[in-house]
Amino acid sequence: MWTPVSRGRWHGRALTVWATAAAHRGLLEPRRTPSRGAAAKSRTLDRLYSSADRKEKIDMSRFSVENTRNFSIIAHVDHGKSTLADRLLELTGTIDKTKNNKQVLDKLQVERERGITVKAQTASLFYNCDGKQYLLNLIDTPGHVDFSYEVSRSLSACQGVLLVVDANEIDLKNADPARVEKQIEKVFDIPSDECIKISAKLGTNIERVLQAVIERIPPPKVHRKNPLKALVFDSTFDQYRGVIANVALFDGVVSKGDKIISAYTKKTYEVNEVGVLNPNEQPTHKLYAGQVGYLIAGMKDVTEAQIGDTLYLHKQPVEPLPGFKSAKPMVFAGMYPIDQSEYNNLKSAVEKLTINDSSVTVHRDSSLALGAGWRLGFLGLLHMEVFNQRLEQEYNASVILTTPTVPYKAVLSSAKLIKEYREKEITIINPAQFPDKSKVTEYLEPVILGTIITPDEYTGKVMMLCQARRAVQKNMMYIDQNRVMLKYLFPLNEIVVDFYDSLKSLSSGYASFDYEDAGYQTAELVKMDILLNGNHVEELVTIVHKDKAHSVGKAICERLKDSLPRQLFEIAIQAAIGSKIIARETVKAYRKNVLAKCYGGDITRKMKLLKRQAEGKKKLRKIGNIEVPKDAFIKVLRTQPDK
Amino acid sequence: MALPGARARGWAAAAKIAQRRRHAEGARGSSSRAPPSSRAALYVHWPYCEKRCSYCNFNKYIPRGVEEAAMRSCLVTEAQTLLRLSGVRRVESVFFGGGTPSLASPSTVAAVLEAVDQAAHLPADSEVTLEANPTSAPRARLAAFGAAGVNRLSIGLQSLDDTELQLLGRTHSARDALQTLAEARRLFPGRVSVDLMLGLPAQQVGPWLGQLRTLLGCCDDHLSLYQLTLERGTALFTQVQWGTLPAPDPELAAEMYQEGRAMLREAGFRQYEVSNFARNGALSTHNWTYWQCGQYLGIGPGAHGRFVPQGAGGHTREARIQTLEPDNWMKEVMLFGHGTRRRIPLGQLELLEEVLAMGLRTDVGITHQHWQQFEPQLSLWDVFRSSREVKAQLAQGLLLLDHRGLRCSWEGLAVLDSLLLTLLPRLQEAWQQRTPSPVQGG
Repeated sequence: MWTPVSRGRWHGRALTVWATAAAHRGLLEPRRTPSRGAAAKSRTLDRLYSSADRKEKIDMSRFSVENTRNFSIIAHVDHGKSTLADRLLELTGTIDKTKNNKQVLDKLQVERERGITVKAQTASLFYNCDGKQYLLNLIDTPGHVDFSYEVSRSLSACQGVLLVVDANEIDLKNADPARVEKQIEKVFDIPSDECIKISAKLGTNIERVLQAVIERIPPPKVHRKNPLKALVFDSTFDQYRGVIANVALFDGVVSKGDKIISAYTKKTYEVNEVGVLNPNEQPTHKLYAGQVGYLIAGMKDVTEAQIGDTLYLHKQPVEPLPGFKSAKPMVFAGMYPIDQSEYNNLKSAVEKLTINDSSVTVHRDSSLALGAGWRLGFLGLLHMEVFNQRLEQEYNASVILTTPTVPYKAVLSSAKLIKEYREKEITIINPAQFPDKSKVTEYLEPVILGTIITPDEYTGKVMMLCQARRAVQKNMMYIDQNRVMLKYLFPLNEIVVDFYDSLKSLSSGYASFDYEDAGYQTAELVKMDILLNGNHVEELVTIVHKDKAHSVGKAICERLKDSLPRQLFEIAIQAAIGSKIIARETVKAYRKNVLAKCYGGDITRKMKLLKRQAEGKKKLRKIGNIEVPKDAFIKVLRTQPDK
Repeated sequence: MALPGARARGWAAAAKIAQRRRHAEGARGSSSRAPPSSRAALYVHWPYCEKRCSYCNFNKYIPRGVEEAAMRSCLVTEAQTLLRLSGVRRVESVFFGGGTPSLASPSTVAAVLEAVDQAAHLPADSEVTLEANPTSAPRARLAAFGAAGVNRLSIGLQSLDDTELQLLGRTHSARDALQTLAEARRLFPGRVSVDLMLGLPAQQVGPWLGQLRTLLGCCDDHLSLYQLTLERGTALFTQVQWGTLPAPDPELAAEMYQEGRAMLREAGFRQYEVSNFARNGALSTHNWTYWQCGQYLGIGPGAHGRFVPQGAGGHTREARIQTLEPDNWMKEVMLFGHGTRRRIPLGQLELLEEVLAMGLRTDVGITHQHWQQFEPQLSLWDVFRSSREVKAQLAQGLLLLDHRGLRCSWEGLAVLDSLLLTLLPRLQEAWQQRTPSPVQGG
């Protein structure tokens, strides 16, 4: 995902910007902010507009195609991309410089708290350079692999990108620009003389970045005179105005009142409003070829503004642009309200959130232990965490999120089953639907190509960790004298739970990890049952790789042992594959459970306690004659934050 | 102001004679033929202690100085008021608990007993128990309490290990404990009980059994074994929570309990209740009343009572709680004659729930006859016979239901609270399904 060129629809150029470490770093700073760089040649720059006179509608015809640049900033998480965006916005007068701007484009609370970008944002910058008026469209992109679909969408509207690399020494103490230059040459083939050294935090050399955007990124190759051809590259939903579609105009002009047609749905809409984003919506008279902005056209549902769709004018059909592959969920997890009475509130919160994040798939699900809920599909773990955090922060919903699983596949051999499923290869999301081995040619599991960059002193430990996760090494290379880049093919399910945390802890936080989808591979999968005194516990059925069955089974049994209350008889907790028991734990029977002192003054309290306990007991789920509190299921099923 | 007069000394003397006679007969003083509503036990709460024990969350205060005359007067007044309200005509036992009632003057004890005997009848052979803490020179004081009318002592010995006593925040040593026990036995032969705690942090089974064995060599006919309960708000609770003390191990406590009760059984003690053991018929009649859901009056700050206020025309049993804080309680007693803070009427089902939960703590459990006194319509068979879950407990040998009644087995008694979680909902269910009675509960 770092490839800086050719990801856009047109071939563009990548500019490298690298930044150096802050000289003074407070412990409370949430993110690494590039701050110090070489001295800049100061230039006088005029701003075309101040924020005051932009209240009137802007005439976008002033910006010719030649004076338009569409670009994006690409950076690793935490390298200071959003801070650079803040400075660019300030420098061009898009936002007020006097304010304490921090991550202006990161509007969500979760983005600001975590210092990450989740949702791509667009800002049109107006900039005067050497007497010419330029329109610079900045499309801010998420830095995390989970959101790469957002990135690729953004890039499709750009002709070039800024690559931001933090020149921090990895131990945060000494900046070493020379070394970073070499790394960039080695990894990206970008000559060191093309790098601009900046400090976004202090604003050093930011003008040179804008200048380089104008000089080195080509204008889009489009024509105003051709009929309208607009790419929908993002959409958001506004409760009052409906769908707001972010569009990049490849040809033509669009203005209020135009009748437009979706190439995907063939539905006709009338344009109510067009405008640019800076970064809030700013209506304009028109949008012209090469420009990036938004349009509102009475679409009621985000699904109507299909991302990757082409919009054209009524009676002037055009060849649609190739669309995007829709984002594919890689990680599934059950989501349940902590209290069933909260189900409807949670349902409406999930609906509202998914309306702006169509990459989350939602299937209704129910569990005997946890009640009614959903099985949600996410693009990755961070995506899942962010979704959960947004539910909590923006909708005040508290949920039980179960341990994530990955979508397995089975190639069926049984003619009967093929007929039943109407296909030979099925995807298994719910472990309960796992088909028996006798009816299957092979099972498949999703794999990813992971890239780890680590100081070489940790290479041995990292390799052992990867091996333990069933990963196969694909490549290993020194990117400088003491840093190694390792590439491994991982089964996805081996990294979905705690891989990142383990990697960070064994490398004292220095190793980094990125991954990309690498399809499916054959896997020896088995279905593992959990038994309590011989009774199957439906909600704990797990699909697991044969080699991992014992350790996973043991872990589940141990967690159950810790969370099952003692009862009047012994409880055998077993993990089984078919009829073979692979792990066992025992919860001993109660030997003593009676209040020691019970005299005249204790009776009221004692009766109250007993009745409350008896009431609670009624709510327990019974498996055989064993009473299992909901908490026990939650402790076993829920994502374990620390392990 | 009721000061101990000639009559009180007379009562105390009569009690001495009665005590000797009953001991010789070896029978537990069974209740008289008088109707249950005219009888009651009386609990007297002395709320003051010398020092706070690290495990205790009872209603107690460490005073700078006790105005004992005022306290005495209020206890007397409240006893008179509540006896009148209850319409009780015969008090069958008195229990001075606390706090540390052995810190009160013997004259206060005598004054209360005197007042009780005047307001209602306090038969000469009534059990009068005083909770006493071991001290270094107990003799004279214990004798004075005996002269005041106390005829049974319950000694808060707790442990025979000085380190453990220190951990518990007790003011006495193991030596004091043994000395006090010896003196008490001399003064109240056959009428002395000792408390021993088990399941303390870091306590091991072997040494604890050693303590019990030592105690068996010198104790009287009554013993209580209490597992430590860590109560919120106590110093011990905080220490365990902060990790400065290890949490008590429930496995070890269970083992101490099982080994301990087995040892006592071999020594000829009858485990007549979860934590209480007696030989030679030396059961505590007062506590027995609680487990049999008899009536009891509670006087003093924070005391609990359960009785029908018949004297005030009531027909429903009430749970009553007196005002907790001693100064406020005294003010109320002086203004209204009593410091009752809350009165909660007990419905018929609630009463039956208590009959069940309390009765099963005893070795005899709930006899059919006993149950019938509270519920003539719905028998124990009706309630429990058909329940699948109860059957499972019967089959597991934890519970017994037969011609005698319902009771726990030896194994079942140790896990009674788990059994009750099945029995109580079953009783509620049966109560709701019974043929609707025109008479509302109570």
